[in-house]
Amino acid sequence: MSMHRLVLILLAAMVAAGCASRDTQPDAGSVFDEEDMGAETQRAPGEGGFEEGELGTRPEETGEMPARLLEETIIYFDFDSSSVRPSYSEALAAHAAYLAENSGMRVRLEGHTDERGSREYNIGLGERRSQAVRRALMLQGVGATQISTVSYGEERPAVTGSDEEAWEMNRRVEIVYLR
Amino acid sequence: MRKISTLLPLLAAIATGWAAPAWAELRIQITKGASEAVPIAVVPFGWEARGAEPPVDVAAVIAADLASSGRFAPMERKDMIGRPTQPEQVRLEDWRLLKTDVVVIGRVLPAESGRYELQFHVFDVYRNQPLMAYSLKAPADNLRGGAHRVADMIFERLTGIPGVFTTRIAYVTVEKSGDNSTYRLVVADADGANAVEIAESAEPLMSPAWSPDGRRLAYVSFEKKASAIYVQELRTGQRRIISSHPGINGAPAWSPDGQQMAVALSREEGNLDIYVITLDSNEMRRITRNPAIDTEPTWAPDGSALYFTSDRSGGPQTYYVRLDSENARRVTFEGSYNARPRVSPDGRSLAVVHNDRGNYRVALVDIRRGTVQVLSDGRQDESPDFAPNGSMIIYATRDAGRGVLAAVSTDGRVQQRIAATEGEVREPVWSPYSR
Repeated sequence: MSMHRLVLILLAAMVAAGCASRDTQPDAGSVFDEEDMGAETQRAPGEGGFEEGELGTRPEETGEMPARLLEETIIYFDFDSSSVRPSYSEALAAHAAYLAENSGMRVRLEGHTDERGSREYNIGLGERRSQAVRRALMLQGVGATQISTVSYGEERPAVTGSDEEAWEMNRRVEIVYLR
Repeated sequence: MRKISTLLPLLAAIATGWAAPAWAELRIQITKGASEAVPIAVVPFGWEARGAEPPVDVAAVIAADLASSGRFAPMERKDMIGRPTQPEQVRLEDWRLLKTDVVVIGRVLPAESGRYELQFHVFDVYRNQPLMAYSLKAPADNLRGGAHRVADMIFERLTGIPGVFTTRIAYVTVEKSGDNSTYRLVVADADGANAVEIAESAEPLMSPAWSPDGRRLAYVSFEKKASAIYVQELRTGQRRIISSHPGINGAPAWSPDGQQMAVALSREEGNLDIYVITLDSNEMRRITRNPAIDTEPTWAPDGSALYFTSDRSGGPQTYYVRLDSENARRVTFEGSYNARPRVSPDGRSLAVVHNDRGNYRVALVDIRRGTVQVLSDGRQDESPDFAPNGSMIIYATRDAGRGVLAAVSTDGRVQQRIAATEGEVREPVWSPYSR
């Protein structure tokens, strides 16, 4: 029974990881929830190897990951998009876990765009990106009062330049921990 | 307010309208003139006022103004035969030989209380007759403004269009130093002279907007680490915050009567919508209620409606909403991106930022017909604004990796490049006519 349930959870996680994300990762978030951890501890060693390969190592398993993931504080975006890419799931989960455990800590999510197009519309786009990251964190247990957002639009580029490389580096949300 | 530049040296190259560079001075260059620019001779004005040296070369200012419109080609001084300053000294048959269509002569006389009297005469060379004879007074500290006013009058007499040579522009400059940037809001004369710093911050400044009486500027500042909208009185430097709600406070736009401000706010719900604030009571009215990004409002000239940017149909387009209704209707249909509208003074067209095959360009939209005419030819053109006579549009663009300003006539025939001597320039806004 437990193996059957284990496989079902595993399949759900694989499907979730493969789905294109919109603004948030609700399914990916469930991979890291307590129910799954419970299932993990029940599995037999032989089955665990296969599962770990699919999902990647989780911070709770290795213990050394959180610090590295918490250093990943910049989320980059595709052009004209405010969807958080699946590749940021782990980092966001680490930030969410840290914030959920430390309810006195607060973050400010600073949204940015590349330089193209009109400035005030870009302020709106930058905010949309911050809000997408905010929702992703809140879905993983972070309190609303722990997160503030600000948008700088195109006004504070990380990289100057008018080429694809510069534009890519400027479409971002920065996670800033506040004292 | 600090005056950044004081006196400008006398202009040498009249035909190109160059001003001598100084800190953050704007330098205007005609990159495309009207092919039928009228040849005009503006003869150096006689100086009969106090002091050995005139503080301003009046004829040079007039010639540079007329040249900057792209419609006139002033004669160089070395080609002038004689320097008449009064009508009886003018022999039009001599000027006809130089193939100039118009001759302007004048002189500066002392008036009461240190003021100046500018007398000028304009002649039609081919019809061999005087066109204008006029006298106006200029204040003691603003002879240059008097010269601009003369240029306005000559321009209107010869083209039928009111001149904008006594107007001002406001713009944002950014100077980088290592990892830090200094943002400034600057006001200068329309020809780039007399640049004065209005505000300075280590955090972004953006979206300047002139009050209809030309006495105040609204702008967005991030100096409190979040955006807020300020209104600053130019004469005193005093300012107050008119909007600092949680979230975004952006895109201030004065109503034509100066009593209200349309703004874009996201507030606690995080969704950007248009609101109208009544300035003396701080009362606020919500105008759009839509999950899309609604921003960049601008008023129709009669004050009854707003045009604004919304991406409710997918990408940013321009919409129109009457203030007494909540039904917005889309106005732009050509192209995937038509944002940041500004209405022409006659209310018939919009200047927008338009995506033209991957390039962001300034385009003119005929409101009634919906047709789009691309006016600029850069790749990152933005922030268009009409001159108060509706004949020129100033905008921001990039040149060799630097932010510069440019201007184009609404018929597309005349182009100017306006560069700051240092740093980047962006977000130009044209003042109303001076009062």
